[in-house]
Amino acid sequence: MNDIVVKTEDVVKEYRMGSNILRALDGINIEIERGEYISLMGPSGSGKSTLFNMIGALDRPTEGQVYIDGQNMSQLSQRQIAAFRCHRVGYIFQSYNLLHVRSAHGNVTLPMIFAGISERERNEKAEKLLDMVGLGDRMYHLPDELSGGQRQRVAIARALANDPSIVLADEPTANLDTITGREIIDLIKRLNTEQGVTVISATHDLKMLDVSDRIVDIRDGLVERIRNRDEIEIEVGEVGGEGE
Amino acid sequence: MQQRTPIEEQIDLPFVESLRISFQSLKIRFGRSIITTAGITLGIAFLVSVWTNNEIGVALQESGRQSTINTFEETTEQGISTKDIWLIVMSLIVCVVGIANSMLMAVTERFREIGTMKCLGALDGFVVRLFLLESGFQGFSGALIGALIGTLGAVLLGLKDYGLDLFFYFPLLPAQPENGPMQLGVIVVILLGCILGMILAVIGSSFPAWRAAKLPPAEAMRTEV
Ligand SMILES: Nc1ncnc2c1ncn2[C@@H]1O[C@H](COP(=O)(O)OP(=O)(O)OP(=O)(O)O)[C@@H](O)[C@H]1O
Ligand SMILES: [Mg+2]
Repeated sequence: MNDIVVKTEDVVKEYRMGSNILRALDGINIEIERGEYISLMGPSGSGKSTLFNMIGALDRPTEGQVYIDGQNMSQLSQRQIAAFRCHRVGYIFQSYNLLHVRSAHGNVTLPMIFAGISERERNEKAEKLLDMVGLGDRMYHLPDELSGGQRQRVAIARALANDPSIVLADEPTANLDTITGREIIDLIKRLNTEQGVTVISATHDLKMLDVSDRIVDIRDGLVERIRNRDEIEIEVGEVGGEGE
Repeated sequence: MQQRTPIEEQIDLPFVESLRISFQSLKIRFGRSIITTAGITLGIAFLVSVWTNNEIGVALQESGRQSTINTFEETTEQGISTKDIWLIVMSLIVCVVGIANSMLMAVTERFREIGTMKCLGALDGFVVRLFLLESGFQGFSGALIGALIGTLGAVLLGLKDYGLDLFFYFPLLPAQPENGPMQLGVIVVILLGCILGMILAVIGSSFPAWRAAKLPPAEAMRTEV
């Protein structure tokens, strides 16, 4: 049997707004293997971010179960969920979500502070990570003093602080221009291939297609289809062709 | 499914670490911190000035000294007028509402930060402690400055009304006159002002922070201010 990192079982998420109930996820079943690069694609409002939140334990499903490393997330205590977010997952968001009161370095060290890592060790690690994402010369800048692409690099370095086995990225390139977006995708892909990190990314960005192992198409809160790498390559060709 | 690596329990942060994070946050957001603190300062300055002014009035009246300007037209036997009580109650309300409001605003604009910290592994308790420390410090320093400004204001007013006699009968310490109400004295009023300012700031900040910390991070991060 394959090594399944993430498994969702009939995950339903409803949002209640007054008397209306909006079913953002309508029974999602997916299995993601360790080391995969998965893209969640779908039109705006299809439920990508909602699913992202369920997998990352950032919100609770209305019905259904999410298993990470075989562990049923709904059975975890508050402290276990905090530890899970701290150690197992790295989050990357469209809007970076850096703490603007902390420098690039301070943002990267924070998850390590929460993990109880010594000051010396976390400083070294933060420097190493910021070097890796190409921000070695901007470590002590505040997020407000960085460009969008640089902020996203800080976010990536921060996501990797506690060596997570899963990186969740919600439209990491949506606020970036094509070239910067490409660089960010390459960076994430490198983590995936070199460090074996499982990457789950929600995206509209077609550039994400050719680095993905599988693409999960989401529509109206349902998995519409799942495409494999070989099927993708044909379509990337088509997309490229259309552009000319 | 493969091996189950059990998920460990999140640890508590050492107090010093929380203290460092909160002070760093206050320092970097200095401008904004000052505005929030100014809200506390104003509320307490108003309350303390009204209160001290009243203490001064009562003290000088006890001493048998008539004020040059008659501010005691409604004086009751006890020496405290309903107008003064009204003023103190009003200033207390203004102070409570003002501080609660400025703390609430300061926390609301940080919901996203709270959600983000939880994504990185912060426990709810840590978030609350962070806001407790920050607001406690802001509350104490803001209230102390406010109390001193308020006292100064009341002294200036007293000087205008009573001249230098003010200093002979200045109600610095608590006193219990034979036939009058207990007087708290200005020092106690200043202390009470500081404590009140700090308590209001801490409650006004920790309560919304606690509510935000309990939200799932996805929801906390959705709030745009
Ligand atoms: N907190 C919420 N309260 C109410 N409705 C919500 C909430 N979050 C999401 N929704 C609704 O759920 C549906 C799915 O939203 P979601 O954010 O998951 O879409 P998405 O696929 O990420 O879209 P986009 O590509 O625009 O980011 C939408 O109709 C949205 O309006
Ligand atoms: Mg989205």
